[in-house]
Amino acid sequence: MSNPSKSNSGVSRRALLKGTAGAVGLAAGSGAITGFPYVHSAEPKVLRYLGTAVNEGDEISKKCLEDTGIKIEYITATTDDVTKRVITQPNSFDVLDTEYFTLKKLVPSGNIFALDAKKIKEFDNITPVFTKGQLPNGKKIGDQGTAPWKVLYLEGANSKKFSTTPTEFVTLIPTVYNADTLGIRPDLIKRPIMSWSELLNPEFKGKASILNIPSIGIMDAAMVVEATGQHKYADKGNMTKAEIDLTIKIMTEAKQAGQFRAFWKDFNESVNLMASGETVIQSMWSPAVTKVRSMGIACTFQPLKEGYRSWASGFCVSKAASGPKLDWAYEFVNWYLSGWAGAYLNRQGYYSAVLSTAKANMTADEWGYWMEGKAAIGDIKAPDGTILEKAGAKRDGGSYDDRMGAVACWNAVMDENDYMVRKWNEFIAA
Amino acid sequence: MVQDRKSLVAWLQAAPMMLIFTLFFLLPLLFVTIVSAWDYNEYEMIPAFSMRGYTDTFEGCIAGLPDLCTILKTYLKTLKLCLLTWSLTLLIGFTVSYFLAFHVRSKTWQIVLTLLCTIPFWTSNVIRMIAWIPLLGRNGLVNKGLEGMGLIQQPVEWLLFSEFSVVLALVHLFTFFMVVPIFNSMIRIDRRLIEAAYDAGATGWQTLVNIIIPLAKPGIVIGSIFVITIVMGDFVTVGVMGGEQIASAGKIIETRLSALQFPAAAANAVILLGITILIISALTRIVDIRKEL
Repeated sequence: MSNPSKSNSGVSRRALLKGTAGAVGLAAGSGAITGFPYVHSAEPKVLRYLGTAVNEGDEISKKCLEDTGIKIEYITATTDDVTKRVITQPNSFDVLDTEYFTLKKLVPSGNIFALDAKKIKEFDNITPVFTKGQLPNGKKIGDQGTAPWKVLYLEGANSKKFSTTPTEFVTLIPTVYNADTLGIRPDLIKRPIMSWSELLNPEFKGKASILNIPSIGIMDAAMVVEATGQHKYADKGNMTKAEIDLTIKIMTEAKQAGQFRAFWKDFNESVNLMASGETVIQSMWSPAVTKVRSMGIACTFQPLKEGYRSWASGFCVSKAASGPKLDWAYEFVNWYLSGWAGAYLNRQGYYSAVLSTAKANMTADEWGYWMEGKAAIGDIKAPDGTILEKAGAKRDGGSYDDRMGAVACWNAVMDENDYMVRKWNEFIAA
Repeated sequence: MVQDRKSLVAWLQAAPMMLIFTLFFLLPLLFVTIVSAWDYNEYEMIPAFSMRGYTDTFEGCIAGLPDLCTILKTYLKTLKLCLLTWSLTLLIGFTVSYFLAFHVRSKTWQIVLTLLCTIPFWTSNVIRMIAWIPLLGRNGLVNKGLEGMGLIQQPVEWLLFSEFSVVLALVHLFTFFMVVPIFNSMIRIDRRLIEAAYDAGATGWQTLVNIIIPLAKPGIVIGSIFVITIVMGDFVTVGVMGGEQIASAGKIIETRLSALQFPAAAANAVILLGITILIISALTRIVDIRKEL
């Protein structure tokens, strides 16, 4: 092993020098980019967009550049790392794409800018799901957990307190949301699945899975526990210590009895588990179901009688953003709500925040399939043109009103979060 | 004077390494230790003395007796995986090195074969993870093969997402860290010693036990240190191959970090470091590496 290095040392040193020069050049280059904008007259409009990979599509940034001249620089991280970054490095981004439940951590840190509702053109057209907790037709929806309308408004421009009544100071402008449920393999289960309690049904011993992200996994676990009739939670998104103990105890017993094949943490893991038949029933996310289906494998995003666990994300702006950056941030958010992006999201199986503008950018057939639960007249295509569903197919769970109307709880950060995380570790170790 | 200058030169020579070591290892470690004794809330660390990170970690360890608490269970599991991986990598690593050092005559072939041992590192963790499912999974190659031969009726479930698969993946990955130092020690063994043993009538086994193993000890210890430290801190392989159902010391730290509970994560890191240092110092007690090198 020691011999080859002798003859190679000259080359490797040169390579090293080259590498260093490159790195220096890169550093100089990037310095030039961040250092100059305010000097040049034709300043490029650049926004640093921090978020998870899920919403950071090239299509969106391309279209945005075309329409507004704003260049989006994506900074990609996992959900947890995004939160960490906002708290520890608020200067490293301009626009933040995050979920409502993280606001309970982000807003008290003081790093989030209170947006002015009056500067958001479509603000009044944002679906009442966010502003009032009800469907456009007036039906109230589940408010357990960190429901968006609980953390949407601040008391003042520099307040760290959430306002219970609408104010003009908005924390997070919603863009995309969905209702999550269990994914199943109908070809392997061969009977209808109606309830969350099926996740712990011994019939699926060794073939079930739940996601190993404590804050979301515990909610799915709570849906299951409530469905089995063992406990009724006052608020699944804000359990007491005793409720956490009970939930973890029930899940631990199931784990020790060999109910779970594996837990998953990563989108691709969930796709692999399901596609390979290692699991037949598990917590799942909508695009993962779509991906399994696009592999030609039957997979249903099963509507269940207890309802859905919902999540919603959107844009925050960094407190460090000011001057033209802030104007561009408003411009970007306004563009996002103006329709094209909304239609793009709807076509992926998500929901857009402003329904009217998105509808105007979709065909009647697309709108019927994705939003109204109607059978598709023609083939349904993904934004990139691949065929998702053949003509005649209907969306799992039906229309927007059926799905969002059946939301039981929202992703949350509990008051007892610290205790819950410790208990979750105990569950994994059991 | 000469003595002084000599020692100054020696200090200067050691300075760059010392500086890097202090800046990028000792200082961060010091910070981690300090932070581990801080308080925290949902979104920030509070620089006030609190042993909460530690007391929370050992929660239920005395009250819960005779049942083991989470942290003890986790460490026992980690130690078990560590021991299994260590003994298997040692056995395989030693055999491979022996073959490379004593049976492969040409230098070129020795190098080529050693490089072949790096193949497991050519792919990323994610790719490997995906690759194990078609092999070991319920409908994987191994199960299908066994069923085809009529050896089993039902697919064998413990092949994947089990301790078996975790150890398999760890051994697959880390045997290389045993091979290199042991090979390095073996190649330095004076061939005349082996010839002398042969002339004195020693059997192959006696030569192995009395000459090769003692002289390869530094390599064995260095390899063991590599493997043990990596496995003690590993949570990715354990997570992926154990189906996230097997706890590991590293996983606890990761979960705490994800929940923004930095002091608790730091406390767990300090505990892990302490235990690993204990194991390593026990190992170096057995063999004084510095003397042997």
